[in-house]
Amino acid sequence: MDLLNINNLRIEFPSRHGTVIAVDDVTLTVQPGEVLGVVGESGAGKSTIGNAVIGLLEPPGEMTGGHVFLKEQGIDTLSPEAKRKIRGRKIGMIFQDPLTSLDPLQTIEQQLVETINLHLKLGEKKSQARAVDLLRQVGIPDPENRIKNYPHQFSGGMRQRVVIALALCAEPEVIIADEPTTALDVSIQAQILELMRRLCKDKKVGMLIITHDMGVIADITDRVAVMYRGKLVEEGTTAKILGNPDHPYTQSLISAVPRPDVRLKRFPMVNYIEAEGERKKLLDLSTHWLGKARDYKAVQGPFISLKNLVMTFVTKPALLKHNRVTFNAVDDVSFDINEGEVFGLVGESGSGKSTVARMICSLYRPAAGEVNFLGTDLTKIKSEKERDYYRRQMQMIFQDPFSSLNGRMRVMDIIAEPIRFHKLAGSNREVEQIVTDLLDHVGLGAQAAVRFPHEFSGGQRQRISIARALATRPRFLICDEPTSALDVSIQAQILNLLKDLQEELGLTMLFISHDLPVIRQMCDRVGVMKQGKLVEVSATEDLFENPKAAYTRELLDLMPRLDSLSLEGLEVENT
Amino acid sequence: MFSFIFKRLLQSVVVMLTVALIAFAMFRFVGDPINNMVGQDTSQADREALAEALGLNDPFIVQFGRFALNAAEGDFGFSYKYRQPVSKLILERLAATLELSFVAAVLTLAIGIPAGVYTALKSKGLLSKGIMTLSLVGVSLPTFLIGILLILLFGVILRWLPTFGRGEVVALGWWTTGFLTASGLKSLILPSITLALFQMTLIMRLVRAEMLEVMRTDFIKFARARGLPDRAVHFRHALKNTLVPVITITGLQLGSLIAFAIITESVFQWPGMGLLFIQAVADVDIPIMAAYLVLIAFFFVVINMIVDILYYAVDPRLRVDNA
Amino acid sequence: MEQSLEKTRLQRIFGSDIWYSFTHNPTAIISALVTLGLIFAAIFAPWLAPHNPFDLASISIMDGNLPPAWSAGGDTNFLLGTDDQGRGVLSTILYGARISLLVGFSSVIFSMVVGIALGLVSGYVGGRTDALIMRIADIQLSFPAILIALLVDGVARGVIPSDMHTDISIYVLIFAIGISGWVQYARTVRGSTLVEKNKEYVQAARVIGIRPFTILRRHILPNVMGPVMVIATIHLAIAIITEATLSFLGVGVPPTTPSLGTLIRIGNEYLFSGDWWITIFPGITLVVLVLAVNLLGDWMRDALNPKLR
Repeated sequence: MDLLNINNLRIEFPSRHGTVIAVDDVTLTVQPGEVLGVVGESGAGKSTIGNAVIGLLEPPGEMTGGHVFLKEQGIDTLSPEAKRKIRGRKIGMIFQDPLTSLDPLQTIEQQLVETINLHLKLGEKKSQARAVDLLRQVGIPDPENRIKNYPHQFSGGMRQRVVIALALCAEPEVIIADEPTTALDVSIQAQILELMRRLCKDKKVGMLIITHDMGVIADITDRVAVMYRGKLVEEGTTAKILGNPDHPYTQSLISAVPRPDVRLKRFPMVNYIEAEGERKKLLDLSTHWLGKARDYKAVQGPFISLKNLVMTFVTKPALLKHNRVTFNAVDDVSFDINEGEVFGLVGESGSGKSTVARMICSLYRPAAGEVNFLGTDLTKIKSEKERDYYRRQMQMIFQDPFSSLNGRMRVMDIIAEPIRFHKLAGSNREVEQIVTDLLDHVGLGAQAAVRFPHEFSGGQRQRISIARALATRPRFLICDEPTSALDVSIQAQILNLLKDLQEELGLTMLFISHDLPVIRQMCDRVGVMKQGKLVEVSATEDLFENPKAAYTRELLDLMPRLDSLSLEGLEVENT
Repeated sequence: MFSFIFKRLLQSVVVMLTVALIAFAMFRFVGDPINNMVGQDTSQADREALAEALGLNDPFIVQFGRFALNAAEGDFGFSYKYRQPVSKLILERLAATLELSFVAAVLTLAIGIPAGVYTALKSKGLLSKGIMTLSLVGVSLPTFLIGILLILLFGVILRWLPTFGRGEVVALGWWTTGFLTASGLKSLILPSITLALFQMTLIMRLVRAEMLEVMRTDFIKFARARGLPDRAVHFRHALKNTLVPVITITGLQLGSLIAFAIITESVFQWPGMGLLFIQAVADVDIPIMAAYLVLIAFFFVVINMIVDILYYAVDPRLRVDNA
Repeated sequence: MEQSLEKTRLQRIFGSDIWYSFTHNPTAIISALVTLGLIFAAIFAPWLAPHNPFDLASISIMDGNLPPAWSAGGDTNFLLGTDDQGRGVLSTILYGARISLLVGFSSVIFSMVVGIALGLVSGYVGGRTDALIMRIADIQLSFPAILIALLVDGVARGVIPSDMHTDISIYVLIFAIGISGWVQYARTVRGSTLVEKNKEYVQAARVIGIRPFTILRRHILPNVMGPVMVIATIHLAIAIITEATLSFLGVGVPPTTPSLGTLIRIGNEYLFSGDWWITIFPGITLVVLVLAVNLLGDWMRDALNPKLR
């Protein structure tokens, strides 16, 4: 008898542009004590399945076919009231963002007791005792006192533990977890996954975990179902799917996952989802505008040298200086970047890595320290005109492709803006020709110029961002988490593009990421940041094989193991 | 808690001083105060003596300081038109305005908030759609027109209710109340409905919008996913979270009732401060205008203090941040 | 990617979600038609009105207080009856709507320009400038718009010599209503600016070197205009009501160029004697106009709010 059986499920979303089939004939089963992973990229329909199982499909979504059985009882046909009684009692749910999943105005005790009492009818006293017990089980220290606290008094990781306690509080038989660790840092992700796996095995609960992250799949699941555009393309044991996938989509997906253990030359076969922008018309850089005028003078000494950088933010403003509460987002950071290398900066959220990047390109003014670029301290420059000379040689690519382009401007104007501002081309016609060439060069094609950003996918937008960054003919490119908002196969395409451009144009790069495997694929040397401080700078191979700092070792240990992933068809780079 | 209230008090003082400065500037620089006090035939010497006596030749800051101190004691000088102390004129009319505003405020909250909650929860229902459409008509009807229509219907055509004045009032010390007589209560009905209607629709629409916003949050979705019944989700979780933003705006709206009373009072010839003020505007009776401005600001500051304290009580996030 | 090349501006408008929502919402269509119809009627009042109510030669006190044409004693010359001075109510309404709309639109534009400018500066520059502008806004917000407008109007009466009153009172009114409404725009624009300026497209422009003024004009302004248009529509309704209220209270436009509010005030005196048409027809016109604009604003807010879609 299956614990949970999703049978030929079909879900449709009628819309103005016709009906979208979000889930198409999907059949899945979960056994007691088993963790089933549902993996897929955005738009695959995986979250919709979770919502449909607990009967909370968002309108206008509609189940138009199939059934859901819990221990052979059909639950999709029950009355709304009967469905409600199953939620929480038989099926628990965990959502992605712990910061918004809890009612901010009630103590966690009120929320736990309310739910326990509702389902188990234990009475106030026993419910409270059970609530404390649950908090202890999910690893919250000092539960007797912490239970009186409000959600905002817990950190993100602790809040996700509270959410798990809430999902578990009536001893459900099935737990559906929708991207439960996506909003968390790697170190906390590892702890939460470990907790979920242990609870699942101890209590013989069946778990359906929905994720886009192969690391999560490798860490926690027993079996995996792969979804692609609403369809189930492949299902099997985790070892089989990761190590020897059958379906071409799964193969493509696996090969696009950045690996912590080896460094690849390029990501192969990543054009299953979105035909990789074909870079058909490559420019002859020896004669083209983009390649010309690259005859920069060779640099004496380091290309970039940061000395004792400090950035202070005011967290509690006050009129009098000594009343202000401040904290150092970046605290005494120094490192050099050599010409032509890709320097990686890695750390968890809030470690100050993005702040360093923003100080280098003058978005922030450092509280102290020097930013030496080509031997000039940028912090000392007073006139904007003089600064423009350095700005032109230094560009940045941002994280979020949906906010990094002005939605009110055509792609032509977006990319032409830097060329016009720095007067890098003569006539308007010349500017337009350059923009078209740039679009070709990043694999978008010239037709993109007349369209608006919202007409493009995330990956395409990131290509536009890259074209805009290239439009000043920079020699230094800062990439701030350029792929962390993208699906894994799109990420692979963009990383390939960045690698190619770096090689062609001899760019120097600062590559910022929270993702160690991505860093391994991209960088020559790496700096590790923790709470505003730089704890280690090493060559990439040394960092991964031979970490010096304790914190680096810790990060590497917590990184999901992907050793079981298939290496077939991959070209490993020897260093 | 103490430092929080102290900070708010300090802000209130700053607001009051700013408003007092505006009021003083109006008093001092709009028209010539001397000309407004004496007749045409007063000699130049007498005028100068009066100016000296009133301290109009003192430095600006001294004059403002004196004005502010006097104002704090309730002394706003003499009305140009009535030749009586402004404080006396206002005090006589204060009770009328406050009683009217109070009844209107009760109506606004008692109907506006439940209607807002109802239309948010049953947003697809026929009754909700009806209420929403009516509320749009409500915000589109100028207050004075509502008054005129009510007068036409209940006063002129049906002849059920009085259409002007307060009816019989009972004096309780300096306070006169219309709550204690039948005619006083009857007289309150039309003006208070007129005054409440616009604010009511605003509050209702606001509560509805905020509630719909809260209903879309993750924690409501999570509450549903835990199997909580609708009642608990709606009232224990959604409504309380709705209240946080609603309290602020409600405070502001209730404060503006007192000022909006200007229109109602003038339609119903209600003998309150608003009527006094509108006549002062027409006659350019600056001392009354200045005093009214300061008084309204004072009411707002008091209401804002209450709102802040309520806020503090409802939202635990504030309590910890300020502890 | 091949199919849709450059779209014209018109194609973009008609292909947009906003346009789709508009054409599928009968309320929005009707209210847009009513609003446009009234604006049209007001603009072309001199040609549309059966009489010129301000041409003293053509009006006769003999025609005073005539009821509407369909009731007993009505005159087909005066479809909606006449007022005490014998002016046709229909004609005075057309001319009155002209004044109401003129004051409404002008004061909205005034508020909008002041509010957007201060909001952009406040949000982008931040610091003390922001604190100062927002404190002023807070203080002003403690007073209802109608009170501010009354005060400004009252002060203006004191400052301006009385013989100039009639000539410039309409500008005073526009200023008074306009100045009482800027806070809404400023707060909204400031809020949106704070959000937009931290978005990466603005940072990208700063990395390129674009100067603050150009960033505000080219990048931030177009992106904060959505909510501004919603506020402006709703504010137009409020401005028309405020003008009518002030005129009703007798401190608005002078009786020589009556607006809808003035007409209601004039008619109000005859309400008790049963001559209801002098008040009710201008009243209905005012409510229909304001309601249509409000419905339009309501629809626009829903259509532009991505959360509701």
